[in-house]
Amino acid sequence: MDTFLNFVVASVLAATPLLFGTLGEILTEKSGHLNLGVEGMMFMGGVAGLAGTYYYEQAISEPNKFVAAFIGVFCAFLCAMFGALIYSFLTITLRANQNVTGLALTTFGTGFGNFFGEILGTAAGGYVSVGTVIKAAFDEGIPVLKDIPIIGKLLFGYNFMVYAAVALAILLSWFLSKTKTGLNLRAVGESPATADAAGIPVTLYKYVATCIGGGICGLGGLYIVMNSANGTGGVWVHNSISGYGWLAVAIVIFATWNPIKAIVCSLVIGSLSILPYYYPISFIPSAIYEIFPYLATVAVLIMIIFRKKKNNLPPASLGLAYFREER
Amino acid sequence: METAAIQLKNLTKTFGSVVANDKVNLEIRHGEILALLGENGSGKTTLMNMLSGIYYPDGGEIFVNGKEVIIDSPSDAFDLGIGMIHQHFKLVEVLTAAENMVLGIKEKGRLNIKAIGEKMRAICEQYGFNIDPDKKIYDMSVSEKQTVEIVKMLYRGAEILILDEPTAVLTPQETEKLFAVLRNMRKDGKAVVIITHKLNEVMELSDRVSVLRKGVHVGDLITAETNPQELTNLMVGRSITLNIERTQCENPVKRLEIRNLSCVNDDGVTVLDNINFDAFGGEVLGIAGISGCGQKELLEGIAGLQKVSGSIIFYPVDGSEPQNINGKSPMDIIKHGISLSFVPEDRLGMGLIGNMDLADNMMLRSYNKGKLPFVDKKTPAELAEKVVDELEVVTPGINVPVRNLSGGNVQKILVGREIASQPTVLMSAYAVRGLDINTSYTIYNLMNEQKKRGAAVIYVGEDLDVLVELCDRILVLCGGKVSGIVDGRTTSKEEVGLLMTSHGGKKGGY
Ligand SMILES: Nc1ncnc2c1ncn2[C@@H]1O[C@H](COP(=O)(O)OP(=O)(O)OP(=O)(O)O)[C@@H](O)[C@H]1O
Ligand SMILES: [Mg+2]
Repeated sequence: MDTFLNFVVASVLAATPLLFGTLGEILTEKSGHLNLGVEGMMFMGGVAGLAGTYYYEQAISEPNKFVAAFIGVFCAFLCAMFGALIYSFLTITLRANQNVTGLALTTFGTGFGNFFGEILGTAAGGYVSVGTVIKAAFDEGIPVLKDIPIIGKLLFGYNFMVYAAVALAILLSWFLSKTKTGLNLRAVGESPATADAAGIPVTLYKYVATCIGGGICGLGGLYIVMNSANGTGGVWVHNSISGYGWLAVAIVIFATWNPIKAIVCSLVIGSLSILPYYYPISFIPSAIYEIFPYLATVAVLIMIIFRKKKNNLPPASLGLAYFREER
Repeated sequence: METAAIQLKNLTKTFGSVVANDKVNLEIRHGEILALLGENGSGKTTLMNMLSGIYYPDGGEIFVNGKEVIIDSPSDAFDLGIGMIHQHFKLVEVLTAAENMVLGIKEKGRLNIKAIGEKMRAICEQYGFNIDPDKKIYDMSVSEKQTVEIVKMLYRGAEILILDEPTAVLTPQETEKLFAVLRNMRKDGKAVVIITHKLNEVMELSDRVSVLRKGVHVGDLITAETNPQELTNLMVGRSITLNIERTQCENPVKRLEIRNLSCVNDDGVTVLDNINFDAFGGEVLGIAGISGCGQKELLEGIAGLQKVSGSIIFYPVDGSEPQNINGKSPMDIIKHGISLSFVPEDRLGMGLIGNMDLADNMMLRSYNKGKLPFVDKKTPAELAEKVVDELEVVTPGINVPVRNLSGGNVQKILVGREIASQPTVLMSAYAVRGLDINTSYTIYNLMNEQKKRGAAVIYVGEDLDVLVELCDRILVLCGGKVSGIVDGRTTSKEEVGLLMTSHGGKKGGY
């Protein structure tokens, strides 16, 4: 029972960065842009968040955990958004190939993260690490409630970013289906020519969606770097994002571009990714475990194709550049 | 004189080396319906797109209500009260009709789909349209989509209305409703511009006609003082005669024998029900019917693209054994000399690849000819030159991607290619959809030439006047059944029209 409880808690913790990445990418793809740079933007968000909190801690004698959390989120969001802005400029204004640009962003972001991570470490004399107060800000659950037996641990024991991710998913779902702006954004991703003819400022929508989407992806990176569920929190570990961004891109398809389904899907994939630590099966090598999430994605893709439901398809103009005067 | 709603002065637009509009002057007035006429590729759509903000002019001025304006984007056009129904649908497929209504509207307040639906229903009721606001666009037929476009325009309201070939896919009844709407708008003092290739519609609806030829504005006429012949001459730039020369059938030989052909589509609906007929070489067999009565399935069934039951016996030219070709692959059927050119209702995606150039599109028919593993590029290029020449395709050259051509010119390429393959059986559906009048007649005459050559021509058409003039026999489909086969020389438009809506009717021989 205890193992199971721990497994569930660990699944949620593992799922959260995936959920951030997925939500960011859903928002981006809804505008018709396939940004394969999620991994890169997570790196950028992660290192910027760490740097922000670290310098805040250095500058102030008694750091406040709420301020620290805010600074972390702010820096991560902004830095990842900067990465997305480069991508947007190249693909929206210059109409460069989206796949190539996205891959380049991943390469760039990975280098960016590792480079500044190392610099931070060197400057700090060895390796960079934040103090207990700031660590706690990214680890602690809800006071009082978290001490209720079982339920407390299961529902209230998580750090604030877990709740933020779920709230964001609900918000995004509401935005896309219930607001005019959301409707317009979907039109842009489905058929930019139609949206344009209807008077929607297509370029603006694309920029805003792609940049905010990138910022959200960056929060996933922040989470990975600051949360100590994976071992070390608040420390720069070389190549710490290690594929989470790519998983998020896959989960977008798994969740059929639906933010609410994304919660469930990232939980499934998150739990699959930690399964071997809790329920190891001796004869299955861990490398096999690692491909489960991808197998699940392939299975879902096949299902989508056979179901032929048009609602589950990717935005129709995904990956295509738009220029008004072109036929 | 009161100021014009829109005045264009020396408006010019070029695409690379193509001058689509050359110093066009045009006046659009309140309380008037203006018909814009011109051959395919003469720049009608381009001109109107500059008013709706899709294209930005290279030169010239636009005045709206006497004031000079710059229209930089569609949203500028909306602000000026200009609304346009585009030649190709501008609808988001995965959204419902109601959701499509409100895209881009700058009203404040929450999104209230119910209220939008109510408003839509009220509009439909007022004008006699029938649209379910909650239906997704992808579930709609082409004419429903066109109706949504019309309702959208009414919903959004506009002082100056532009309609780019709105009637190309509407049934006559729906067209009548649309015209009633437009007349109402004229009464309300709105300015209406309509682009259409159907001269009878021009005569019936418009007050004035403006004609474009090769991008140049060549004249303004008062509708009441002109006639179709004059309009055609002005459009083409020389005097032409519009008639179809129907020769006698010379010793027709049986080529196809269709027996008990039935077809059930993916949704389990019977779309073809026990069809029987013969087609002869040296004869034009017309197929009439309200659109969606099984024409598509019938032709695709013969071409091997659609699963059908029953027998399709083909009589080869060399006199060898007749054989049942039902169930053979499309490739085998093409080898027998049976060719199909189908122009679908949305006119795009019709056997051509938009991103490939003219010559390469010709090659789609012939790429597997010859023994060497290399493709022959020269013959298709020559063929492309020939088609461009004969059908007067407006294009800067044979090396431009097909997608850049105007709607009508794309179609000429398709029909031209099919005819050039010298088929034994030539099936052609809606070949003249969206084609200008001159080209339409070129196509009819090409069909006749094929007939003279001894090919069995099967022609699916919409225009009853033409069917009655062109075809030797007319098979009428109604709800997937043959409601009659009549002689083209003795029948009348009324008789065919009646058969189209009744299952009984006169039963002709095969
Ligand atoms: N975006 C574009 N890129 C390149 N060429 C274009 C573009 N739009 C139009 N053209 C060219 O401009 C010319 C005029 O095209 P336009 O679509 O205005 O013709 P149209 O009068 O509307 O013809 P149709 O009756 O066939 O619709 C054509 O030769 C076409 O190839
Ligand atoms: Mg046009």
